[in-house]
Amino acid sequence: MSNGNKEVLTGHQVVANAMRQVEPDVVAAYPITPQSEIVEYFSQYVADGKVDSEVITVESEHSAMSACVGSAAAGARTMTATASQGLALMMEIVYIAASMRTPIVMAVANRALSGPINIHCDHSDSMAARDSGVIQLYGEDAQEAYEFTLMAQRLAESEDVLLPVMVTLDGFTLTHTAQVAELLPDRAVSDFVGEYDARYPLLDVENPTTQGPFDMPDYYFEHKLQQVEAMENVSDRFLEVQEEFNDLSGSSYDGLFETYKLEDADYAVVILGSTAGTAKVVVDELREKGKKVGLLKPWLFRPFPGEEIKDVLVDKEAVAILDRSLSFGSSGPLYLEVSSALSDGDTKPRLYNYTYGLGGRDIKEDQIAGVFEDLENPDLEDKMRYIGARQ
Amino acid sequence: MAEFELKKYDEIPIGGVIEGGATPELNKTGDWRSERPIWDEDTCIQCLQCWVNCPDASFEISEEEIQGIDYEHCKGCGICAEICPVDAISMKPEGEVSEDE
Amino acid sequence: MKEIRWHGRGGQGAKTASQLLADINLQEGKFVQSFPEYGPERSGAPIRAYNRVSDEKIRVHSGVDEPEVVAVVDPTLLQAANPTEGLSEDGVLLVNTPKSPDEVKDETGFTGEVLTIDATQIAEDAGSGYANVPMLGALVSVLGTDYEVAEAEVDKALSKKLPDEIVEMNLQAFKVGYETLS
Repeated sequence: MSNGNKEVLTGHQVVANAMRQVEPDVVAAYPITPQSEIVEYFSQYVADGKVDSEVITVESEHSAMSACVGSAAAGARTMTATASQGLALMMEIVYIAASMRTPIVMAVANRALSGPINIHCDHSDSMAARDSGVIQLYGEDAQEAYEFTLMAQRLAESEDVLLPVMVTLDGFTLTHTAQVAELLPDRAVSDFVGEYDARYPLLDVENPTTQGPFDMPDYYFEHKLQQVEAMENVSDRFLEVQEEFNDLSGSSYDGLFETYKLEDADYAVVILGSTAGTAKVVVDELREKGKKVGLLKPWLFRPFPGEEIKDVLVDKEAVAILDRSLSFGSSGPLYLEVSSALSDGDTKPRLYNYTYGLGGRDIKEDQIAGVFEDLENPDLEDKMRYIGARQ
Repeated sequence: MAEFELKKYDEIPIGGVIEGGATPELNKTGDWRSERPIWDEDTCIQCLQCWVNCPDASFEISEEEIQGIDYEHCKGCGICAEICPVDAISMKPEGEVSEDE
Repeated sequence: MKEIRWHGRGGQGAKTASQLLADINLQEGKFVQSFPEYGPERSGAPIRAYNRVSDEKIRVHSGVDEPEVVAVVDPTLLQAANPTEGLSEDGVLLVNTPKSPDEVKDETGFTGEVLTIDATQIAEDAGSGYANVPMLGALVSVLGTDYEVAEAEVDKALSKKLPDEIVEMNLQAFKVGYETLS
């Protein structure tokens, strides 16, 4: 199964291996397609004695996240994984996890929210959590999902951050596809993540604390400001963690988003997750035809790196933002962020919003090429376009 | 709450953590009582049922004997008066309580 | 980049064969993807699985619509699953069947290259009973993969899950599958 250090691994396997290498004290999770195998593999590692973690089986995702919050508050390094309806059921406690500043790392195998019920990929689940106070990282392939899971641990536990981190990977497209990935040696990962030293461990009876108290209007607002400040610290910490990770792995992370042939491009697409890979292929094909096209793929969606994105997009002729979820009655979540980032300049590119891939609808290279073709039209009408939907 | 100075967001522990643990010793919580339990030491048989059943911790005790009631924390729920087997505790409206009670 | 589509029925091991092929291709220094098509999963229901093999890093994440090679593990799927869908006339249709290539051409109307192998019989003769492994052997031959590399990888992968005796049977079936089309 290996070629050098390369292996053929599914998204499930790389995330489960990242969890094994991080060796959290506690994992509490409930199974849901397309996440289940992450926790199945991890539980197997625990059963086989390959990792010393406590796996808590629970009766729902609401309980899973509740157990995680309790565990993290106690001072334990804590992880979980979920998807779709599971995240929706978890949502009440996701907000609480963020507000209690518990650095829980969670994988989300992106899957459409019901209804109609659907098991396939879109981003409606994680986008529904975008205002919950968690940090969100989006991976393009198994390798990024693996590396983000490791970096997430350091980011979450950064002293001036202390927030949950959600690492998303596209359901089926990444979770169930065996692809080439390279894992780091176990020892290197354990050195990288280090020991977790909780600031207020409930189990420290010498220094008792009360956690999760009731706030009156005279303090709730201030506690929210603390979360705002923690989020503001994320970008700098992420860059630092990237640098350290690059030294360790030979990777070349160098920002809050990836750009691909963007610098001299006139036309660009902004896209999250695995479809960015397909779009890169299209960019290459169009570049060969002499088209000045490029791509921007946010790694970090929460906090959204608006200023930095503005800097690299402001001089473009036209930009298409491709959303894989809807915000009914408004534009797509990614579009809103990008357009807001570009709103205060004197000049800005023409911006267009596309929705694609809902409920696992496949998106093809020629459809993305069609988006670039649209952008070349200076008179293109500004309205939402739905790629591949029968209208 | 008036005696506490409201702090800024960066002057309090993160996440709503209360360092040292939340303790009623720092907060007087008995100010919304409408009826006050009056303890009659002479009738009391020191069975400690009131101390056991008080939902707060308002019975002052030392050497296994009730010493009195902590009115800074008693909410006036009346459970102690209800549970007392010898009627050594009676509930009196706050407005009718004399200075020495 | 080469794209391959497998047709099988749930439980016949088409997905496993697809993943084994990815492991083999990696050993050759290739970049690979292997993924099944997911729907409501039932034993016996027609399923499709896919491989991508490339000398370059594979970035594309869309489905495979126009495979160069189609491998049909279950002969009854020639009618049931439209296995020539998207297969160009330059492509290869590899079918597990006792029939001749000409018979399959008549049956499917496909005019490109058709290869047939009685993988069910080969598996039965070897004692392993699963046609996916001789089909994999045949496909490895079609793709021009080094036999030693492929056999070693199949041995390694199967040995993780199966007792030695069963692994041996499968390796025999793999070998006959490979040789039949070499």
